[in-house]
Amino acid sequence: MAVPKICGIETEYGIAHTGTEDANPIAASSLLINSYLAEVERTGEGGPAAGVNWDFEDEMPGNDIRGIAPLGSLAPEIETHLVNAVLTNGARYYVDHAHPELSTPECSNALDVTRFDKAGELILVRSMEAAAQVLPHGQELVVYKNNSDGKGNSYGCHENYLMARTTPFFQIVVHATSHLVTRQIFTGSGKVGSEAPGLTTAEVPFQITQRADFFEEEVGLETTLKRPIINTRDEPHADARHYRRLHVITGDANMSEVATFLKVGTTAIVLAMVEDNVLPREFRFRTPVQAMRQVSYDVSLTKPLELADGTAATALEIQWDLLDQARKYADSHGLDAVGGPVGEMVIDRWEQVLAALEADPMSLADQLDWVAKYRLIQGMSQRHGMGPDDSRLAALDLQYHDLRPERSVAARVGLESLISADDARSAISDPPTDTRAYFRGQCLKRWAPSIVAANWDSIVFDVGDEPLRRVPMMEPTRGTVDHVGQLLDDCDTAGELLTRLREPGSR
Amino acid sequence: MAEREQIKKPAPQREESEVEDAPATSGQGEELKAELDELLDEIDEVLESNAEDFVKSYIQKGGQ
Repeated sequence: MAVPKICGIETEYGIAHTGTEDANPIAASSLLINSYLAEVERTGEGGPAAGVNWDFEDEMPGNDIRGIAPLGSLAPEIETHLVNAVLTNGARYYVDHAHPELSTPECSNALDVTRFDKAGELILVRSMEAAAQVLPHGQELVVYKNNSDGKGNSYGCHENYLMARTTPFFQIVVHATSHLVTRQIFTGSGKVGSEAPGLTTAEVPFQITQRADFFEEEVGLETTLKRPIINTRDEPHADARHYRRLHVITGDANMSEVATFLKVGTTAIVLAMVEDNVLPREFRFRTPVQAMRQVSYDVSLTKPLELADGTAATALEIQWDLLDQARKYADSHGLDAVGGPVGEMVIDRWEQVLAALEADPMSLADQLDWVAKYRLIQGMSQRHGMGPDDSRLAALDLQYHDLRPERSVAARVGLESLISADDARSAISDPPTDTRAYFRGQCLKRWAPSIVAANWDSIVFDVGDEPLRRVPMMEPTRGTVDHVGQLLDDCDTAGELLTRLREPGSR
Repeated sequence: MAEREQIKKPAPQREESEVEDAPATSGQGEELKAELDELLDEIDEVLESNAEDFVKSYIQKGGQ
């Protein structure tokens, strides 16, 4: 059976510092996050544990799943000196590549990822408000949840999925590629124009995704240059004998909760099916990189993609096939690996969205970002008689992703919500209960002064009377409320917790 | 195309939604248009006033 598809999203946000001539994105990102941390410490309301830093001990982003690190294909250095905080909801909030970035805690299902992604947006909104308190009058930090500046610079929204180490990597490559290329029809956030070399806005007035323009390879280790459809970073943040972590870098950051939910939910199911070896048919594209762009550029959703065996299929047809397989898989294997009832929800919504995409894509303007944006762009250009190059359309595109409630366009288009305001708010400070993020978040909530550092797979305690003590958390499915809830409640101090953990058979 | 026929699509719910998605009557069409007009009015009000400068000044460093 497939291992539980523990999953999460890391979003790099766009940031603008307005009202000043000498804006520096790294300084702005640091100020944004530090303002939030200070605000939370002052109000004592959720968020970070004061003084707890991210622990880089086990970071190895340069490791390649294929067992090699080809020359000139090394992952970038991590900027260990920049602000890097661990929050009590189990998330990581930090500066990466001149952008503020927030990684959700590990979640057991797509609905929880959506909830923590929403909480992430709220954290960024609070950060902007906190920064406004310390900036000179007339200056402002503005955060955008998008993936490109429209000038050829892209930043990512990555997903992570826990996978069994025993699954042959080439199987993952084949099936994940066919899904990642074709799922764009519901995961895209839409974009005015193209940033691919040689293409003009006249040729591509509007495309389905933000990211497709930036992919140049089929498989590789890079994330910032020559981006590959399948990323081979081999850094499981878990027991490497049993697990790998599939690092998916193709996705758009979504404003729509339905899009985030489907993006993660369908991918988790496809990966579970790969692990259980139930996919009978391989859709190999003749040219995967071109296929990715072709899907993104085809708002009619009708152009067939050439397959390596000489036949052809549209993105919708391939998605229908994957959905069909997912229904069979639910009957034969159950959906425990993808959150049980949440998996059922994913399949039902998947079907409903594919049917609507086939019949009338515009009927999804309340569910999918690219449709919502496309409708506005079309309406706006008709109303004012604008050509595709009109900068007001590009401005509308950007502002769709503006996180300021008073400016956000996405907040005004009537997108369906899957997460209640209360659930999103509590996820700002409370961790998920059914992954190891629970242990991390609860330890930070209770004993932050006794914790010197934390990361995905360990926490380092300092309880004063003994050397620093690292508590490993190599199993992402353990450390849940069922597993350690009572233990944590029984301990008054971090010292007591460490003593209890030393007892044989305690974890 | 033979290829397209090979791909089996799940049937039941799809047919229902296709029925629902029959072409909108002109009444519905006008309603939708009015709704979009109202939305565009609202968005016109919140849009950055100098679109050209705004778009030009939004420059990001490439990330992941």
